[in-house]
Amino acid sequence: MEGTIVHTPRPSSISRFLRNYGVAVAVVLLILIGSGISYSITPLRTTAVLAATLRASTPLALGALCGLYGERSGVINIGIEGQMLLSAFTAFLINAYVGNLLLGVLVGVLTGAVMGLFLAFMSVTLRMDQIIGGTVLNILAFGLTGYFYQQGLTTPGKLQPIPLGPLADLPLVGQVLFNNPPITYLTLLLVALSQYVLFFTRWGLRTRAVGEHPRAADTVGINVYFMRYANVIIGGCLAGLAGAYLTLEQVGSFERMMTNGRGFLALAMMIFGKWNPLGAWGASLLIGFTYAFQTRLQFMGTIEIPPQFFGMLPYLLTIIVLAGFVGRARPPAADGVPYEKE
Amino acid sequence: MTLRNSSPGDIARRLWRSASVPIGSVLLALLIGAIILIVSGASPVEAYRALFRGSFGDAAALGRTLEKATPLIFSGLAVAFAFKAGLFNIGAQGQLLFGAVTAAAIGFMIEGLPPLIHAPLALLGGALAGALFGAIPGMLKTYTGAHEVITTIMLNYIAINLTDYLANGPLQDTTPGNIVARTPAIEASARIPAIGAIPLGFVIALLMAALAWWLLWHTTIGFEIRTVGLNPSAANYAGMRVSTTIIVTMMLSGLLAGMGGAVETQGIIGRFQPGFNVGLGFDGITIALLGKTHPLGVIPAAVLVGAMRAGSNLMQFNADVATEIIDVILAIILFFVAADSIIRWILRTRAVSEEKVTLSTGWGQQ
Repeated sequence: MEGTIVHTPRPSSISRFLRNYGVAVAVVLLILIGSGISYSITPLRTTAVLAATLRASTPLALGALCGLYGERSGVINIGIEGQMLLSAFTAFLINAYVGNLLLGVLVGVLTGAVMGLFLAFMSVTLRMDQIIGGTVLNILAFGLTGYFYQQGLTTPGKLQPIPLGPLADLPLVGQVLFNNPPITYLTLLLVALSQYVLFFTRWGLRTRAVGEHPRAADTVGINVYFMRYANVIIGGCLAGLAGAYLTLEQVGSFERMMTNGRGFLALAMMIFGKWNPLGAWGASLLIGFTYAFQTRLQFMGTIEIPPQFFGMLPYLLTIIVLAGFVGRARPPAADGVPYEKE
Repeated sequence: MTLRNSSPGDIARRLWRSASVPIGSVLLALLIGAIILIVSGASPVEAYRALFRGSFGDAAALGRTLEKATPLIFSGLAVAFAFKAGLFNIGAQGQLLFGAVTAAAIGFMIEGLPPLIHAPLALLGGALAGALFGAIPGMLKTYTGAHEVITTIMLNYIAINLTDYLANGPLQDTTPGNIVARTPAIEASARIPAIGAIPLGFVIALLMAALAWWLLWHTTIGFEIRTVGLNPSAANYAGMRVSTTIIVTMMLSGLLAGMGGAVETQGIIGRFQPGFNVGLGFDGITIALLGKTHPLGVIPAAVLVGAMRAGSNLMQFNADVATEIIDVILAIILFFVAADSIIRWILRTRAVSEEKVTLSTGWGQQ
């Protein structure tokens, strides 16, 4: 439909920045102002909601990063949900049987990586339709976790918050930012790192080249297949970390279908953030906030609204945000197109 | 796309070429499933025997298979139909739920109608509800560019919550002693009966599959749908209204899914109860892909999956194998069907020249 060439003047760097990160900046500002006002009224509840926001956004941000690495290199990954679910399961199993949280996290990450490898094999080597490839991952993870699920298995514990010295004693900010469990900290680092890697390193340039114009990238000597494999596997690691977060840091146990659509939500966050790590993080914070907010409202129980309406809030908001604010986002040009060497 | 005059022998050869991959995939997947069963300490022979006996062993088992296959034909059709326009409708699950709850509401709220009016009325109501819910992602896509993969998934969760609310609140069964979230049982006049072992819903499903095939290949709108699926810009240049086609396709896809939910309510469950329809819409994706996104290919695929679902209970009971092994096997089948070059290499068959529908055209592009 958009076959005609449109000549647009090159935008200035400020307007480019606003176009890329405008939504994220707006979200962060809104949350900052809103929380400032609400902190002055009910400091305790505000702190709790904001801390919960950051934690609820963690798996979404990690999942969005997973999708981002894949798509920036030209591979659509709708199997994030499955990668998260299976990783959550293996991480939990290791913790339950070995009792080592670190090992559990590592195995979760490894599981995600193996799933990523499988996806890369399907979409890069077999040149399978990538939507089907992702669906295979989702069904496979659902089946495997259900088949090997054991009732009543418990773990010796989960990852605990690590207060960062005196920083954690600051009012509001301390509790929200500097008193978190490890994967939540790690996610913040990974978001910043991904932004840096994708836009300021040779690796990032090559990844984006492969996702935009693989033929040209191939011509200048970039190994398209290798870059796609590597990025999809990196993405798998991140989805695996998200899975480990769910079982080892957030809940502490495994339930069937416990990802509950987070992998798909993460994809929406990636699109909402216009394929930028920082943007996707801003989007994740917004949806994380609705999770935290609805849980809080349900706890308070002062308002007579059926819980199902709170339950659909994150999903409804995602649709509104996608439809109203994102519009026709421009994905990497070669996204979803298998590359065939001449 | 051109109409071909073909001899019976030619048709048989073409049929074998297109059927060899699904059949080979199923066999290979069962083999891998057997390995998983052995590794986890179960007996594949016993498990598969129970699986077969529970799905095709006797008339009752066959009836159960057809019963399970019925809603799956609908959801498979819904997904396959949307695929023809290049749309990936993951939201069949949500559309199906709305169809199911609407049919239940019409089924228990209206009393005293003759069956010949009541049952079709509830069925059409369910279909319409599915169509309306299916139109939302279509409109979101054409007017705002929001990709249907994301919106339909979000709408699934919204549908789960909304129907759950309805069954807990306004439509809840208020008979004394009921504490479960469910609607009252529908009137006998709204039920879709079975003829012997064959559920009437199954016959309706077959008719709808034929209707979908006819619509796609013998009408103008069908031609437009397929053209949009193959090449939207070409369709646009040819003067077709791509946006209208997308919305209409999503509505028809939702209609099929909604009808599936209604048939499930009216023919099997007899009321709406949250959790009873879960998975039907997602199986639809597997079935549509397994049936090569062809309306008639959906039928054998749905019967296969329906048989596995029907037999899995006996398998769990007799061989102590968790029913989820079915999903593992389905995922492997899907893998081999999509990676058809593997099976073709094993069987040494050539590929059929068929209309290729690209599913992953990317997010923002149409």
